[in-house]
Amino acid sequence: MTANENTVTKKKKRSFADRWNGLPGWSRFFWIMGGVIFLFYLPELGNIPGTNLEIPGLGFLRTDVGVGGSDWDSILFRCAVFVLIALGLNVVVGLAGLLDLGYVGFFAIGAYSVALFGSQQSPVVKLLRANFDLAPDWALAWSWCILLAIVLTMFSGVLLGWPTLRLRGDYLAIVTLGFGEIIRIIARNSTITGGPDGITAIPGPEGAPNAQNKYFSILDQKWWYWLALVAVLVVILAVRRLENSRVGRSWLAIREDEDAAAVMGVHGFKFKLWAFAIGAAIGGLSGLLFASQQAFIDPSQFNVNLSILFVAMVVVGGAGNMAGAALGAILLTYLPERLRSLGALEFLPERFQDPAEFRYLLFGLAMVVVMILRPQGLLPSKRRARELKDRAQEVPVNG
Amino acid sequence: MAERSVLLKVDNVTLKFGGVVALDSVSFDLYQGEILGLIGPNGAGKTTCFNAMTGVYRPTSGQVVFDGQTVSGKKPYEINHSGIARTFQNIRLFPEMTALENVLVGTDSRHKVSAPGALFGLPRRWGHEEDLPEVRAKGGPDRSWQEFKRSAAKFFGVSRHMQEERAAERKALELMHFCGIERAANEQARNLPYGSQRRLEIARALATEPKLLCLDEPAAGFNPAEKVELMDLIKKIRDTGVTVLLIEHDMRLVMGVTDRIVVLEFGRKIADGAPAEVRDNPKVIAAYLGVPDAA
Amino acid sequence: MNFDALFDHIGQHTVDGLAKGAIYALVALGYTLVYGVLRLINFAHSEVFMVGTFAVMWTWIGIGAGNTPSIGIAILLLVLGGLVGAAASGGTAVLVELVAYRHLRRKNAPSLVFLITAIGVSLSLTEIFGIFTGNGERKIQGMPTILNQSIAIDFLGVEITNLQLIVLAAAFLMMIGLDQFINKTRYGRGVRAVAQNPDTAALMGVNKDRVIVLIFALGGLMAGVAAVLWNMRYGFTRFDIGFVIGLKAFTAAVLGGIGNLRGALVGGLLLGVIEVYFATLTASKWEDVFAFIVLVVVLMFRPTGLLGESLGRARA
Repeated sequence: MTANENTVTKKKKRSFADRWNGLPGWSRFFWIMGGVIFLFYLPELGNIPGTNLEIPGLGFLRTDVGVGGSDWDSILFRCAVFVLIALGLNVVVGLAGLLDLGYVGFFAIGAYSVALFGSQQSPVVKLLRANFDLAPDWALAWSWCILLAIVLTMFSGVLLGWPTLRLRGDYLAIVTLGFGEIIRIIARNSTITGGPDGITAIPGPEGAPNAQNKYFSILDQKWWYWLALVAVLVVILAVRRLENSRVGRSWLAIREDEDAAAVMGVHGFKFKLWAFAIGAAIGGLSGLLFASQQAFIDPSQFNVNLSILFVAMVVVGGAGNMAGAALGAILLTYLPERLRSLGALEFLPERFQDPAEFRYLLFGLAMVVVMILRPQGLLPSKRRARELKDRAQEVPVNG
Repeated sequence: MAERSVLLKVDNVTLKFGGVVALDSVSFDLYQGEILGLIGPNGAGKTTCFNAMTGVYRPTSGQVVFDGQTVSGKKPYEINHSGIARTFQNIRLFPEMTALENVLVGTDSRHKVSAPGALFGLPRRWGHEEDLPEVRAKGGPDRSWQEFKRSAAKFFGVSRHMQEERAAERKALELMHFCGIERAANEQARNLPYGSQRRLEIARALATEPKLLCLDEPAAGFNPAEKVELMDLIKKIRDTGVTVLLIEHDMRLVMGVTDRIVVLEFGRKIADGAPAEVRDNPKVIAAYLGVPDAA
Repeated sequence: MNFDALFDHIGQHTVDGLAKGAIYALVALGYTLVYGVLRLINFAHSEVFMVGTFAVMWTWIGIGAGNTPSIGIAILLLVLGGLVGAAASGGTAVLVELVAYRHLRRKNAPSLVFLITAIGVSLSLTEIFGIFTGNGERKIQGMPTILNQSIAIDFLGVEITNLQLIVLAAAFLMMIGLDQFINKTRYGRGVRAVAQNPDTAALMGVNKDRVIVLIFALGGLMAGVAAVLWNMRYGFTRFDIGFVIGLKAFTAAVLGGIGNLRGALVGGLLLGVIEVYFATLTASKWEDVFAFIVLVVVLMFRPTGLLGESLGRARA
């Protein structure tokens, strides 16, 4: 058995993934820890913390080096939130193979749950205070809002998935597209959501937004980035566990041959619904982080284009592969900002120098080009084959 | 022959597609522990019969009773859970998965842990040696790492999910060994040779712990030597207590391995009995060889 | 729920709804044609319509059309706009097919890849028009009013305006023309053959690529006519106008049975009517939500639509 495998592996060129999976467990562990420490170090990129020394070269990557660049910590935070979204959508699109074009709806529900229940200014909080004899400064604590956001988004994921997941793939795409739009219309047209004016004073971990906050202030975004990074790492761990479980296998089986999977006892609908609910919960979590950091949301921040941007991140990066999805999210968030701070856009007329202006056009074109030339994405998912190979070797064969 | 209990009862099953009658009131019984052959010329409705039994199609009328429960009209996964597994005439493995993973999907049908269990690793169980990861490296950092993982598992307990995964992998490898394809465990299913793919389908079906295994032309495209090996495998499967329903074209194989044979022609049952009886049945001979109308 | 408002003027609301639905029906034809032949939802079709509205607007402004010209000139502008719109939309649709879809078909790409490409095309077209028209302000762009609306027919208190008459007449004319084309001509036979069985059709000497270009062109043409009617009716356009119209037209196509030409007509008219009813009952700000609910309900209970799918068999 071993001899046979060795000859097989030798023939192929060893890719990065092969080498990575070939490393012993302890070595991988230390590499990962190093990577995580580096991610936490990123806000200081280029400087050695506690000193005035600079590491040459690294500072070049920051977005605040040139004239008119954006605040580096805010960009990091935005990258982290978008990575979180990409990871969540990757569960739905990449792992379960369901095209969800209404992901912004879950993002919005997450954002609105912290806004409506956590903010002092929210109509819902005022209503609850008036009806339940609560203290005049009552609002739901931020930590409870996290739980609420996750529960609400999971619930709405199930609510949307229950009738629609039986549909053919292309119908599902349209129905979810409509769902995303409906959430926005409801947010805009209802008085209970603050209508088109939105909601202010959305709390963060330290309570209502305040310039005096020690860590999560409006001025310094570092802690916001670290918070989002923690969320990203937790979600990566969680999704990895799912991928390497019965659930992940079922998703893959459904994607490859749904009928055969059903005959082998896989309850396709149940696992698709799980994918929807889990994806929704992650979307809700990212919406909550986004709303807390912004401290203000209104319905126009959740338009349909955002949904399509999310899909673009996942498919351009590489659906089904967390690293790919994350890469897609980082590229599509970071690159335009970096280009702007470089002054690389100065040859354009003034109004095109703001990346927000042409970002969506670039995404649209990127989607078309990637789908035509490299439909599997930039970092396609290498099947878990190698990884399972290692695991299988550890299992004794009887007889 | 002693009275044996009926495991599967196909009772007057009719299946129509538009105006075409694919199965016309077909009835037969399948006894616990036997190997039943289902034969007939091309287009006789053998695979359709399988599809009606495993929930791919819903019979137009009539019912399929398995182990005392009516299964016709249930969803395919429910029928699988109640104990019927099958293979496909045109192989339908999950091509991007490894062979081992294909079998693991089969074992999953008996698993209880779903998304929350996998996510949170609950409930946990402490102090059972067989749950803990093994320490296999001889020395060096690898061994320390494995020892560390083992003691961590001992300290935190092992989740139901991990227990199931370890047991599933052990069982899957055993089954692959049983079917003679353990060498291919880590190959992608699409890269396996044809014969191994057929055997892998059998292993995957067995992994769902069926009471009844339906094989749809498992020997198609095999050479005589491979057919003999397959016959042995089918007998071995029966000896483990699994009842087998076999669709096959090769008469030698069918005659050699089955206890009883049901013959279909144009969606109707034309014969049912021991291999020798069926072989001499004039209707069967006519169906296979064709008879002038006058005869 | 304001039932009095609805039932007191039910005839009037029905006519308004039909005129509204006629535009949906024309756009829905584009979805249905492509789906009937390729089993593919052309997400970019909404933008094909949007391009048409811009082309018509520029033509009218370009030739210096003033507000509410005389009826003769209005008809002339309408016909001219129809030709330009049809050419622009049809051209866009064919371009999308040649640039994007054809490559994917060659590779036999899965439908998810098609969908994502279509979304990418749609987003790109929207953004191109958002950035490069109207000084990039992304605002509604108005245009001269071509027709002075007046009541043409007053039948038992139901007032039908000249505009509604023109919209309905144009939509029906286009439908009949398309129906004749698909069922009576040699090209139409090719389309039906490819819709029924692409491989056999190819073996029988039908040029599949040409048929596919043809159906994209036909769908675009219908969208172009819809665009000129829209411009006449509403007098404005916007870079992202395609989204809502596209969603509704798609709903209409599914409602009638996607892939079925008559289904598109029935679905479009029906959707227009029930939308007007619903807006009368509640408030018009919920109108867009309603179309979506219709879509979900239809998909859940009758996924093949009212008239069933299939372009091949349907008498359009």
